[in-house]
Amino acid sequence: MDQASLLQYLITGLTVGATYGLTALGFTIIFNTTGIINFAQGEFVMLGGMMSVFFMRALGLPEPLAIVLAVAGTTLIGALVERLAIRPVRDCPAINLVIITIGVSILIRGAAMLLWGKDTFALPAFSGAAPVAFFGAALMPQTLWVLAISLLILAGLKMFFSRSIHGKAMLACSFDPKAAALVGIGVDRMVLLSFMISALVGAVGGAILAPITLTSFDVGVMLGLKGFAACILGGLGNPFGAAAGGLILGVLESLGAGLISSAYKDALAFVILLALLFVRPSGLFGQKDGKRV
Amino acid sequence: MSVGYRRDMRWLGGFLVVLLLAPPLLGNNYYLTVLTMCCLNAMIAVGLSLLVGHAGQISLGHAGFYGLGAYTTAALSTTLGVPVGLSMLAGVGATSGVAALVGLPALKLKGHYLAMATLGFGVILSILFNETVGVTGGPSGFTGIPRLSLFGVEFSSDLSVYYFILALLGLVIWVAFNILHSRVGRALRALHTSEKAAQAMGIDIARYKLFIFVVSAAFAGLAGVLYAHYLTFIAPASFGFLFSVQLIVMVVLGGMTSVPGTIAGAFFLTVLPEFLRAFENVEILLFGAILVLCMMYLPDGLAGGSSRLWRLVWRKMFVRAEKDPMEGGGNG
Amino acid sequence: MAEPLLRCTDVGVRFGGLQALAGVDLSALPGEITAVIGPNGAGKTTLINAISGMVQAQRGTFRLGADDITFAPAHERSRLGLVRTFQNLEIFSNMTVLENVMTGCHARLRVPAWASLLRTRASRAMEKTIRDEALEVLDFVGLFELAKYQAKDLPFGKQRLLELARALGARPRLLLLDEPAAGLNMSETQVLADLILAVREHFRLGIVLVEHDMDLVMRISDQVMVLCFGQVISRGTPAQVQRDPEVIAAYLGDDED
Repeated sequence: MDQASLLQYLITGLTVGATYGLTALGFTIIFNTTGIINFAQGEFVMLGGMMSVFFMRALGLPEPLAIVLAVAGTTLIGALVERLAIRPVRDCPAINLVIITIGVSILIRGAAMLLWGKDTFALPAFSGAAPVAFFGAALMPQTLWVLAISLLILAGLKMFFSRSIHGKAMLACSFDPKAAALVGIGVDRMVLLSFMISALVGAVGGAILAPITLTSFDVGVMLGLKGFAACILGGLGNPFGAAAGGLILGVLESLGAGLISSAYKDALAFVILLALLFVRPSGLFGQKDGKRV
Repeated sequence: MSVGYRRDMRWLGGFLVVLLLAPPLLGNNYYLTVLTMCCLNAMIAVGLSLLVGHAGQISLGHAGFYGLGAYTTAALSTTLGVPVGLSMLAGVGATSGVAALVGLPALKLKGHYLAMATLGFGVILSILFNETVGVTGGPSGFTGIPRLSLFGVEFSSDLSVYYFILALLGLVIWVAFNILHSRVGRALRALHTSEKAAQAMGIDIARYKLFIFVVSAAFAGLAGVLYAHYLTFIAPASFGFLFSVQLIVMVVLGGMTSVPGTIAGAFFLTVLPEFLRAFENVEILLFGAILVLCMMYLPDGLAGGSSRLWRLVWRKMFVRAEKDPMEGGGNG
Repeated sequence: MAEPLLRCTDVGVRFGGLQALAGVDLSALPGEITAVIGPNGAGKTTLINAISGMVQAQRGTFRLGADDITFAPAHERSRLGLVRTFQNLEIFSNMTVLENVMTGCHARLRVPAWASLLRTRASRAMEKTIRDEALEVLDFVGLFELAKYQAKDLPFGKQRLLELARALGARPRLLLLDEPAAGLNMSETQVLADLILAVREHFRLGIVLVEHDMDLVMRISDQVMVLCFGQVISRGTPAQVQRDPEVIAAYLGDDED
């Protein structure tokens, strides 16, 4: 194993890992305000990619505009999901809500298949596909886009949660919804906001990854699984852990694919995840007690 | 014995009689296949409801156990020529053994972390089914599995296989009721509500979690071996993550703790896609929509929904009905 | 006097930087009620948790009768006859009152799990015995009429009694009561006091009682131990403890809030 290919795997891993991280962030944001795992999170990612492709091809829009529209559209869908399927039944046990999100994910996937078929699509890379040599490894410009935009989102979320009044209110909801309601924070609004932000973050992840890994109506399932795995790896509820968990998972997977076998890359990622959970029952950066439900 | 147990036994009797009489009424072979699949899925779901609904431990990997049973018996009987009865036993045994090995560390985890661990285990198994082509036949499937036979006698008709599966489903339900109406069932419900209090009552919670995990995996393995010898063809797609999720949905849709409800959930979720097949492209979409609506409007699942409906009808029909002694709660 | 039933020696529990208990000795005699009192945060509940095995003590030894239970897990201690109740009710809300008490009997049913699975004759006979015994206990605490109700539907005071009944179902040699009077009104506390005395008579067991309610403690206990900031500051008969200036100081310092 020479250094150049090791570096190559690392770069690929970080790129994919960044999307896992964004998906995991989406899970974390909704989990923190509602205590549920939103199984439709992977579908938000799929929508980001697929809608970008659709706006470009069917409406002939330029790529940046198509992506912005796709992200906006997904955010709107996130809001609709909360208003129509979650809010009316929010007092139900968590497991019921989780099943509802599973139903929603099936529904979205079904609609996507109906609208866009079962084909695989590619989104053009944002700034050309010519690789740049980087210490012997080939660096795709898109990789830089993925990493830069992911970092931007992370920084934006950090600002939002620590500076803005809405962000602080959302954090308050996650610590203690009853107390938050008592001090006049509209829990309903915060849950709605959390679905919108999750959808937005997921859609951005989907759009920036689509030029690299291609997209189709069913990419959300595996991306959702990986995102959930990244959350758990980092310690559920911890946004920093989620992002880090995504990167770690991506790199592990890429190294596994390169060093062992690409057929078993997913298996390897999960074997490591299991081994880690058995040693650290609440993830890498989680609180000591592995229970938060 | 206790009133509850007798009522459950009566229910089981009625259920078996209906399913015994069903095939001639359905007439068509296609319906018989669907009904057989209903029974197999119900077998897994009942075990899972003990684990999830009663003991409060989630598993998102039960499709893996289902597949493990199926592939073990397929490989033993087809590739190695082991008699079917023996290979089926080995399939259930292997599933239970693997469940014990996985459950030992996994059941120390709680809530979402346990969900992740079992999910990861299921994904790993499903990748193995796909990639170990030499053993499993890979994504295109395992063909030529011998039909069900015991002691040299082959179950030559689909109807005979159906009755055999039905008998085993009856056995599984009977065992499930026995568990629920015994100290084991009480221990499970106890550790679900309060692990501390359960320990204070001398319940070894780790042992009981593992026990019910293995039992539910064994039920899934049993369904798997039957499935393999019934269809004589298996493919990894049947044992993936999405099926694990469907199994959980069956339990939740059934109302979590009710065995009849879980069976209703399993039947409903097995029949629904067949029914929706008529709608071709919108099939998946409708499936998702129905799932969402069911969960929104039947929060206690089918069991809760039907008993509410039943009470409503009862009251409407017999205004001066006897007062339910359990209703109305405590006197304070 | 008789051999102590429970003997804890030099118990120390530390949570991170906080020393919750230090050098605590406690022995309880069979047939006696030993009370542990102390101001808020004195470490009373931690002591119960350490004795029952819910919290692992870093220092000290625990013996129950002839058995060394220092390293026994919580459920093992319960099986040996050391059974506790909880201050903030931990009843099994998803069961009936009767089932709660039958769960209390759990450890005394020595039938293997597969026997329950197959509902063997032995397991049925055992269930029957347990049911009858559980009903007896319910009768004893006065909940017989409510046996079939869902436990979560009982009013608070009755849930407290149920918690006691469930523990009695396990036929303990030593009963640990964690603030059994918390949340009860005066007349309910009165009833509880008589009940605890009756329990001691009827079941012939030792009781360790952690309690806030001074009147209750002074009325029914034989021995009292006072904890303050994790250390024993006084022990003796109720009368002796009441006169101890150190105890008075500890309580006066606390009663302000």
